[in-house]
Amino acid sequence: MTVKLQVEGLTKIFGHNPRAMLEKIEQGLTKETILKEFGHTVGINQVSFMVNEGEIFVIMGLSGSGKSTLIRCLNLLNRPTAGKIKVDGEDIVKYDGKKLKAYRQHKVAMVFQHFGLFTHRKVIDNVAYGLEIRRVSPTKRREMAQKAIDIVGLNGWEEMYPNELSGGMQQRVGLARALATDPEILLMDEPFSALDPLIRREMQQELLDIQARLKKTIIFISHDINEAFKLGDRVAIMKDGVIEQLGTPEEILAQPKNNYIKTFVQDIDRSKILQAKNIMVRPNALVSLKDGLKVAIKEMEQAGISSIFVLDQERRLQGLVTIDDALKALKEHRQIKDILQHTYSTTGPETYMNELIQIATETKYPIAVINDEQKLLGIIARVTVLSNLV
Amino acid sequence: MSYFPDSLRIDLGMYIDRAIEWLMHNFGGFFDAVSAGIIWFLRQIEEIMFFVPWWAVLIVIFLITWKIINTKAALVYSFMIFLVGCLGLWESMILTLAIVLSSVVFSMVIGIPLGILMAASDRFNAYTRPVLDAMQTMPSFVYLIPALLLFGMGKVPAVFATMIYAIPPVMRLTDLGIRNVPREMIEAAHSFGSSNSQTLLKVQLPQALPTIMAGINQTIMMALSMVVVASMIGARGLGLDVLQAIQHIDIGQGFEAGVCIVFLAIIIDRLTQSIGGKFKYPK
Repeated sequence: MTVKLQVEGLTKIFGHNPRAMLEKIEQGLTKETILKEFGHTVGINQVSFMVNEGEIFVIMGLSGSGKSTLIRCLNLLNRPTAGKIKVDGEDIVKYDGKKLKAYRQHKVAMVFQHFGLFTHRKVIDNVAYGLEIRRVSPTKRREMAQKAIDIVGLNGWEEMYPNELSGGMQQRVGLARALATDPEILLMDEPFSALDPLIRREMQQELLDIQARLKKTIIFISHDINEAFKLGDRVAIMKDGVIEQLGTPEEILAQPKNNYIKTFVQDIDRSKILQAKNIMVRPNALVSLKDGLKVAIKEMEQAGISSIFVLDQERRLQGLVTIDDALKALKEHRQIKDILQHTYSTTGPETYMNELIQIATETKYPIAVINDEQKLLGIIARVTVLSNLV
Repeated sequence: MSYFPDSLRIDLGMYIDRAIEWLMHNFGGFFDAVSAGIIWFLRQIEEIMFFVPWWAVLIVIFLITWKIINTKAALVYSFMIFLVGCLGLWESMILTLAIVLSSVVFSMVIGIPLGILMAASDRFNAYTRPVLDAMQTMPSFVYLIPALLLFGMGKVPAVFATMIYAIPPVMRLTDLGIRNVPREMIEAAHSFGSSNSQTLLKVQLPQALPTIMAGINQTIMMALSMVVVASMIGARGLGLDVLQAIQHIDIGQGFEAGVCIVFLAIIIDRLTQSIGGKFKYPK
């Protein structure tokens, strides 16, 4: 993984003399004090993070958290007050005039919350706008714009005006316009917030599909934690201009750093984010095929369980033995391999928790998580899955 | 409230006189050049309009109205123009139109760029606004005096005074139209690496166009009302007919000329409004 974009100590302060406020921040004055006493608004405060090539990096926060200010710094629609933004190792904050134009024309494109479409231009001319600015010839421009329109599924709407389209369609135009210049970095400022929930879900899925094909580096702003966790490879949660926690959705869900994050993740539908590998545990008792029945019974007794998984030497799952069968077999002098059961359920490590619910209601035993080679990775107790339904 | 002490009197009028004198003395050449330019432009327009036969004018009015409004309006408007001819005021109408048209063209050429400047610079805007307010509230007769002093009697001061009176709406509405372009649209233009002039030409001006058209419409209407007043400094046309009617207390003639001005106003207003409507995009 290569780092595409690296942000170091980025600060943006709005007001008459923002640079003078940097000192005040260093002295430890809070955002509120600076606003009250000096009339300056601290948009973002010494934010650092990096974004890998080809990843969807979601910046999540409520309104006023500084997320829109932050994304506007990444193409210098906002000039940072301090800090560095390195794109492919080059600090863009120093860019001016020609270099800035070239950066915006070739490397980065933006999708806006309220679409920001040019209502006086037809869909195709909206999509071709970036190419027009780049002085691409009209025929080539049209061809490239058409390609972007195809990607977002807007065929046949080229000659319409944006305001003749529905909200979802309009944002497709916005997305096509951003894709048309074939940028390496896509900045998306709450692109789906203005859409109704059904369309929003559809667009999220579509974005994931497009991303699977195009592999852009996407920085996505959202105020919706469900959206953030659905789309983000990694998520940064912002509050009052600083990043509160940064990590993969699973990491944040598993270990919320403080109460603020905790209240956020409370309402989230875990079953759609957590996979088997996130919730499985190492079984506290296992037996090997070559072990005797007595070992199996003792293991079960010690762990306080009434069934146990049986593995071979390579940790491949062979079956399951219950305590009843084991006791009976011991009297009849039979071996473990004679009484193996196969009525348990198995699953792969990537299965989402919501798919496990059905399995958990039907089985009596813990669910075994195995990989392609049948090796046991861990087990999921039924209660882990089912308690999520409450 | 009986009297105000004479010792506190300021002779403002004298200073204005001096300023105009100073202008004439130092920039006489400039005003001569402006005058020559205005005269030349006015002549061109008059010549074209006198060259076209009266029936062709009716046909053109009919066709334009038919194309952008409807057949009924086309019939009514061409009949109105026909009536003007029947009242014997055809020549006056053309002279009036020539002055209106020249003033409007000059107003647009100066007013639109100034309006753009107002939108671009808050400081320029702050300085210009009170000036525009003053220009619009000042009685229109007052403009006649400096126009007279700078350009003498005739059509040129009429065009000049009309322009001063008619320029504020186009400036204001150009400014307003550009300022009302949504912020996200401007951000979008910049985010694709547009320069300021590209943003202006490709986004801001096209977006502002319907508003600018409304400004032009108002400018035309104000020019039409001013041109009557401007007859007092020697501009021939419908205004002069009204003025003469007042001087001779000839109610009939005054009414005839007045009706013709109303006809012109209706036709020009409706036509420019409809043209403005064509520039609106689906909302």
